[in-house]
Amino acid sequence: MDKTYYNPEDLKKFGNVTDFQEKLGKKFFDYYGSVFEEGALTAREKSLIALAVAHTIQCPYCIDAYTEDTLEKGCSEEQMMEAVHVATAIRGGASLVHGVQMMNKVDKLSM
Amino acid sequence: MKSLIAQQHDLSHPKRQIDVINNHSEKVKSFEKFESKMEEAGLYPLKPTGIEIFQINVGYMCNMTCKHCHVDAGPDREEIMTHETLEQCLEALDHPEIKTVDLTGGAPEMNPHFRWFVDEVSKLGKEIIVRSNLTILDTRKFEDLPQFMADRGVEITCSLPFYSKRRTDAQRGEGTYDKSMKVLKVLNEIGYGKEETGLLLNLVYNPVGAFLPPDQGSLKQQYKDRLWSDHGIVFNDLFTITNLPISRYLNFLVMSGNLEEYMEKLITSFNPGAAQGVMCRNTISIGWDGSLYDCDFNQMLQMKTNHGAPSHISEWNLEKLNSREIILNQHCYGCTAGAGSSCGGATT
Repeated sequence: MDKTYYNPEDLKKFGNVTDFQEKLGKKFFDYYGSVFEEGALTAREKSLIALAVAHTIQCPYCIDAYTEDTLEKGCSEEQMMEAVHVATAIRGGASLVHGVQMMNKVDKLSM
Repeated sequence: MKSLIAQQHDLSHPKRQIDVINNHSEKVKSFEKFESKMEEAGLYPLKPTGIEIFQINVGYMCNMTCKHCHVDAGPDREEIMTHETLEQCLEALDHPEIKTVDLTGGAPEMNPHFRWFVDEVSKLGKEIIVRSNLTILDTRKFEDLPQFMADRGVEITCSLPFYSKRRTDAQRGEGTYDKSMKVLKVLNEIGYGKEETGLLLNLVYNPVGAFLPPDQGSLKQQYKDRLWSDHGIVFNDLFTITNLPISRYLNFLVMSGNLEEYMEKLITSFNPGAAQGVMCRNTISIGWDGSLYDCDFNQMLQMKTNHGAPSHISEWNLEKLNSREIILNQHCYGCTAGAGSSCGGATT
């Protein structure tokens, strides 16, 4: 067994998941490719969203991939970090908004 | 910062550089050879389509020492093209097939015969491009050059690796961005970059790191928006250029542990369409000592024109050069990756 669960080299083998289930894997990659094409959102905007999501789900593969991809889409360091802050704000906000539930419960339990 | 050659650095030797890009590690050794990739694309041996662009490297001296420089240029470089060699160039380029004379360096403005040569080329009615680092035009000795170039209709193609200060200064040295903005404003004031004047001002983007350039059209719009909103600066076109694994950029790749990944990226991004349009097919590169090369990158690796073609300006023969075989090696993957890369930007 490898010393770590995550090996950067494994990212290049992502396409190999079709070896065990070709039909579904192919459908996924076709869909994936279509999602990132220029559309109502630019490829650059989609890459920044992907970078933010990568941080939300804390996927090391995705963080590596979309750091490089955003650089190759001409994004600046400031834009990339702001995308991470958007992820952080939503993630942090999702915890904090439950504070209302806590407050409601306190109200109910308190005299 | 000193040039690699002044540091007596191992990678200042062209043969060592060629060895590294071919044999750095077992993985690098295993990469498919560029010639074989071109053969698969039906492009081997690679032949020219004619010589439209006559690119002269008038010397390796520069006022800057940028981290990515494939020329290893800097203030400590003394190689400068002589008047005699420039005269030989004038004789060679006086042919209707040659449309454009592209002056590069180092900082081409630092060649002591620069003004005389531009005047002579201008008399021949050729399109002239000067590849400027911008900051040289912010020095007292050269501050009148923008007007000199405007009067002769010279196209200025200048380096600006990013629209932000952080990334520009990281590659080109602290203070470069501010000086560049100052000079771009001067160029705008005398009419450069404005559609109605015909004075062309083009910017060159190259990645500040081990990654490929963005889509040229989309990045041009970002540059246009940012430079206008932040500084009121206008320009005509933006060229995206891929960094080739040569000299200081190669040193960066080795030192940062990015060489294997970068080469792999270039190779997996090989685009046969880009390979069709590589600049060496319509360009000849002349070194400071009059040696002939297929491009400025081959020049830095001292890979002269070969296969029966002349290899020095004193032996100029357009017919033989037009039927030459272009010399290839692993660095050539840099021009065929993704949307392709050339001194005029993306090739697809």
